[in-house]
Amino acid sequence: MDKFVVLDGLVAPLDRANVDTDAIIPKQFLKSIKRSGFGPNAFDEWRYMDVGQPGQDSSNRPLNPQFVLNDARFQGAQVLLTRKNFGCGSSREHAPWALLDYGFRAIIAESFADIFFNNCFKNGILPIVLPAPVVDRLFMETLATPGYRLVVDLPNQVIRKPDGEAIPFDVDVSRKECLINGWDDIGLTLRHADAIHAYEDRRRHEQPWLYNK
Amino acid sequence: MAKTLYDKLWENHVVRQEEDGTALIYIDRHLVHEVTSPQAFEGLKLANRKAWRIDSVVATVDHNTPTDGWAKAEGTACIDDEIARLQVDTLDSNIRANGALAYFPFKDARQGIVHVVGPEQGATLPGMTVVCGDSHTSTHGAFAALAFGIGTSEVEHVLATQTLVSKKSKSMLIRVEGALGKGVGAKDIVLAIIGKIGTAGGTGYAIEFAGSAIRGLSMEGRMTICNMAIEAGARAGMVAADDTTINYVQGRPFAPKGSDWDKAVAYWRTLHSDDGAQFDKVVELDARTIQPQVTWGTSPEMVIGINEMIPDPAKEQDPVRREGMERALAYMGLNPNTPIAGVPVDKIFIGSCTNSRIEDLRQAAAIVRGRSVAANVKLALVVPGSGLVKRQAEEEGLDKIFKAAGFEWREPGCSMCLGMNADRLSPGERCASTSNRNFEGRQGPSGRTHLVSPIMAAAAAIAGRFVDMREVL
Repeated sequence: MDKFVVLDGLVAPLDRANVDTDAIIPKQFLKSIKRSGFGPNAFDEWRYMDVGQPGQDSSNRPLNPQFVLNDARFQGAQVLLTRKNFGCGSSREHAPWALLDYGFRAIIAESFADIFFNNCFKNGILPIVLPAPVVDRLFMETLATPGYRLVVDLPNQVIRKPDGEAIPFDVDVSRKECLINGWDDIGLTLRHADAIHAYEDRRRHEQPWLYNK
Repeated sequence: MAKTLYDKLWENHVVRQEEDGTALIYIDRHLVHEVTSPQAFEGLKLANRKAWRIDSVVATVDHNTPTDGWAKAEGTACIDDEIARLQVDTLDSNIRANGALAYFPFKDARQGIVHVVGPEQGATLPGMTVVCGDSHTSTHGAFAALAFGIGTSEVEHVLATQTLVSKKSKSMLIRVEGALGKGVGAKDIVLAIIGKIGTAGGTGYAIEFAGSAIRGLSMEGRMTICNMAIEAGARAGMVAADDTTINYVQGRPFAPKGSDWDKAVAYWRTLHSDDGAQFDKVVELDARTIQPQVTWGTSPEMVIGINEMIPDPAKEQDPVRREGMERALAYMGLNPNTPIAGVPVDKIFIGSCTNSRIEDLRQAAAIVRGRSVAANVKLALVVPGSGLVKRQAEEEGLDKIFKAAGFEWREPGCSMCLGMNADRLSPGERCASTSNRNFEGRQGPSGRTHLVSPIMAAAAAIAGRFVDMREVL
């Protein structure tokens, strides 16, 4: 996993609540057995005028001019600004894989669905929850200011705006540590292999039916 | 101190805990399907790691598999979509390489939707932690288990360590008291709950469903309720264990036997919230007021009773919500302030991990018996949740009832719930569906999904439009 420390990124505003993971990456792309290459199909149904198919070259497909991420102003965006309950629905990790492959490293929203929120951290994406009035203001400023960028400073847990204002945010201590160091979760857990074995030994005795076939 | 069911399940699975509450949680049962596992098995192999306890794994294929044309070629050769076939074959080779407690490959008599197969096999037991790379894993909470969906990185984490890194959620009690009205069932209860608390209402919570209306449900009904906890935003939903739970489990292939059974039952009897247990939030519903439900929009919270009018965005104060409602109505091709009853439907889907069990099929068949699918309905599908559900339905003659009425009787799988296989809506088509998500494009690009109960879907098939089936019951 790539480290996340400080990101200075262009902001793209996706002004919708309840964006579900079916919208982030439609079902036909879930047939892949790889975890890369989903970027061209992020938001596929909203982004293109035709229906995308897996394995297709998307570079010549007709773009939907109404979809905000197709606006020339937001090309190369790394920070996605959106509304409440982002990432609801299916647990598909293909959603964060698609957003990451598209180029997003941070997502700011009023709230996130639990599974998606969790999946982001496993892939080096930082999801940030901010109060609705703050998100509102960021939407207004992004739309009003061409080239609007934010600096997301994870070690200091602060977002710095172009006007110098600093917006603090919360992040779980252990998740922060993993992101900053790009740590592999499994490696960390296996340091506690003895504790897992001890737990299993106790359970085998107390609840043997869970282990007997 | 009085504990909630969730407290008991959580505490029983903590391997170790950090000061900030981050815990290592032990996983008893790992359900695996073809879509969210290939990258996890690959990761395991690349890191040169072995599965920690492969006997925890129960695997089957469901999302990608066709529901017809099985006889046209051997094995997976009948899967026309090459990319889908590769994914199904990849699960096969991964299980062959790594093993499993049980694997029900494509066309096995026991293959089916993973959330139907697990309970049916007795592989889901009270008191377990159950995970799967699928958000509808919440289904298994109906057995007083702590069950929740995970992403593929976590699938790999469970394979490698038998644990997950997690923090305890807040607890919510949803109590539904009273007798259900005629034609009202588990699906209507859970849609009414989602309508009340919203799709983010349960975010950050583990929900326990309780009250006389829940206790009165069969295991199938309780699974329908817990299945859609995720549509209320909660990763986990659960129901206390009682005689209904224990009777369902007894005698199933992977259920405990002999003296293990007695020990297990004694423990399972403790799996309920204690009197006086404190919840972070309590929501109450009066079962008598719940009408048969139909969703009108593109989020499960956009739901009304069959006797109600489609809501008017102009009356919504919140601008983001208002815009969402306007977009949903435009997508669904519906007008505000008009009745949902009478809206014509193009397709009917009876199936999915929400409503494809034997009881669901019996309820739908009871409406369909002796009647015919309306001429304007282009396709009416019944997709049993598993090969065993299909067999039992056939033994009861339900397949004949459906086929005589003009339904197609298919092979088991996820099918048109998400349209990964060939079963899907064409643009603009309107579907009465017993599935769980009415998102834009969920059942096919530009398809229009209305979530309903099996009874409501059956009645819509016969009438060719949404009807208050209490008039025909």
